[in-house]
Amino acid sequence: MSTNEMRETHVKTTGHEWDGIEELDTPLPRWWLITFYATILWSLAYFLVYPSLPTPSGATQGLLGWHSRTAVTQDLDELQKIRGPVMARLATATLEEIEKTPQLLSAARALGAAAFANNCAGCHGAGAQGAKGYPNLNDDEWLWGGRLADIRRTIEHGVRWDADKETRTETMPAFGRDGLLDAGQISLIADEVRALGKLPGAKPAAAGAKLFDDNCSVCHGVDGKGNRDMGAPNLTDALWLFGSDKATIVARIANGGGGVMPAWGNRLDDTTITALTVYVHSLGGGE
Amino acid sequence: MSATESSRTASSGSLYAARKAIYPKEVEGSFRRIKWGLLAFTLAVYYLLPFVRWDRGPGAPTQAVLVDFPHRRFYFFFIEIWPQEVYYLTGLLILAALVLFLMNAVAGRIWCGYLCPQTVWTDLYLSAERWIEGDARERARKDAGPRTSKIRREKIAKHALWLVIAWWTGGAWVLYFADAPTLVHQLATFQPGVSQAYVWIGIFTFTTYMLAGHMREQVCLYMCPWPRIQAALTDEYALNVTFRYDRGEPRMSLKQGLALRAAGGRAGDCVDCGQCVAVCPTGVDIREGASLGCVQCGLCIDACDGVMAKIGRAPRLIAYDTQMNCERRKSGAAPIFKPLRARTLIYAMLILAIGGMMSLTLATRGDARLSVIHDRNPLAVRLTDGALRNAYTVRFANMSGEPRRFALEVEGLDQAEVEIVGVEPDAQGRFVVVVGPDQTREARALVTLRGDKPSAAQTPIVFVSRDLDSGASVEAKDAFLQP
Repeated sequence: MSTNEMRETHVKTTGHEWDGIEELDTPLPRWWLITFYATILWSLAYFLVYPSLPTPSGATQGLLGWHSRTAVTQDLDELQKIRGPVMARLATATLEEIEKTPQLLSAARALGAAAFANNCAGCHGAGAQGAKGYPNLNDDEWLWGGRLADIRRTIEHGVRWDADKETRTETMPAFGRDGLLDAGQISLIADEVRALGKLPGAKPAAAGAKLFDDNCSVCHGVDGKGNRDMGAPNLTDALWLFGSDKATIVARIANGGGGVMPAWGNRLDDTTITALTVYVHSLGGGE
Repeated sequence: MSATESSRTASSGSLYAARKAIYPKEVEGSFRRIKWGLLAFTLAVYYLLPFVRWDRGPGAPTQAVLVDFPHRRFYFFFIEIWPQEVYYLTGLLILAALVLFLMNAVAGRIWCGYLCPQTVWTDLYLSAERWIEGDARERARKDAGPRTSKIRREKIAKHALWLVIAWWTGGAWVLYFADAPTLVHQLATFQPGVSQAYVWIGIFTFTTYMLAGHMREQVCLYMCPWPRIQAALTDEYALNVTFRYDRGEPRMSLKQGLALRAAGGRAGDCVDCGQCVAVCPTGVDIREGASLGCVQCGLCIDACDGVMAKIGRAPRLIAYDTQMNCERRKSGAAPIFKPLRARTLIYAMLILAIGGMMSLTLATRGDARLSVIHDRNPLAVRLTDGALRNAYTVRFANMSGEPRRFALEVEGLDQAEVEIVGVEPDAQGRFVVVVGPDQTREARALVTLRGDKPSAAQTPIVFVSRDLDSGASVEAKDAFLQP
């Protein structure tokens, strides 16, 4: 017997022939067919026990009574059970304790990051990096204070959010729009503000300093370092919420006002607000 | 063959063929003994390994081999693998493939014939079948004849025994995924909370019963890819279970052969008794040459040797040999055996190299790790005093059995200060985190640069986690970015 010799296969051919090469018609094993039928039966069983056929009044319910919504509820219950002990401690511990306990800190940060993405990222950005008019929460500039308690109060009651009685209400007057100052005076004050901020090209004048003293120092302080009780920003540091060019500063003085933040106290539960507070505080600028 | 002729032979029968029942006959001999030995050994390893204990210190699992999914750990005696080290599994799979190739290059389908679970469990099921229903001829007769109540009872007993074996197979499988003695106790006393184990035992009971009881050689013929790969990988020097047709052919009955030889003619040693086919577990006729269905278990060698001994002819008419040697002997040349050749040497060298590399990395891997991810957004933060800050998520891993203290440092950027949120600096100004045994700890690290800024927008920096007790350190590279 040599390798070139054709061996009798006892299998018929399909009748197809290409240049002398024929195709064997080897039958599939029958169990393969049975397996195929079994998969069809399996799918029929699925049809029966799970919601499947759409009807005008909704899909058939299935014999198991399984429902995606109840499955989600069950999963959430399961999650609450796992989170339970940590959540209980988050609810009772003080903010300072949470930040000092590694397990609580990581739980609060995880929970806070999720809550932040759902509720805060719309204005403050996905990484809390802020935008023009919306503070960056990673830096160390805080309009209303950067201690845990300050942050918590801001989240709970919001800023200039009239629906909340305890909200932070202090607002900068619209010096131009309301006719308190004329355009020339505003321009002089803007120059003075730029000088306080040690911005390049600032042109301070004695008249500007006097106007600042008369109109702005009540809230921003004589030295321009701001006042957190009033939500008045420090004008001497390197950060500018709306921008540091003269036109922007003139517009801010002329129109006054300030950002608005909703109060979350009624929308989020206490533990979530705690977690959000710790999360924001731990971003880097917390005091 | 012309087109008209071939169309005449075209099939008209069913598209599907029923499995031809195979009744492998019992056989005795050296290969059968090897198979019994390996069967006992592999099954003993499979069933007993979960109960082997290994001391890893307090709090750690005491099971020598354990796949701990809930805690994301794999334990193998003194080795503990974390999920991020899954490349060791990749290495093991590569090693397994190369060992398979080497076995094949030396002596064919050693894996298929002796070690494959499909072979081992089929062998076990066959012996259970023989024990209850009798040997091949008896079973064939019973299947062909009328179903008496005795035969029915035997069938029920056989399937029950098969199911028990299958149940024990699945039962042992789940023991690798939980503490074995505890799980055995829970299963035996029907305690709640181990329903997952029951599901897996059920699945493995079903697959074992189907594959070893009903599918048998069909698995090798239709499901397993290895016969196809093996056929492509083999060469003319690889030993395979071979019918030595140079000595066996022309085959004829003992009587005819003796008469022909007395008359000075040439008669082969094969007396066409069919014992090689009768004992074959996959129903192959080895005399037709190497085939996909032959798992090379060597039982036909035992069967033929038994016949040769009875009729006073030399043994090993079927033997581990090559077709090339049959041809050479036929033409009067000496057979060639070359276990050492480029193929086997390269496989062996690759096995040594990869095995060595894996052992080396395993032996020299540290038991502490540090990984760092730079904040994606914002990349850099300016502070009120004009300083720049980058924030990172760092994760300290302590793979040892003791709690350890790590101090975080940053290198590569002068004047950069590092701090960890929620951690007070110690007396020397270091930020130290304590990581429990066999745990990781995530922290938020801030790197602040006051003073001169580097000219490049991106400065490579290195985070160093220093073990305060041993002084050893691990590093992680990252960068400090400017807005």
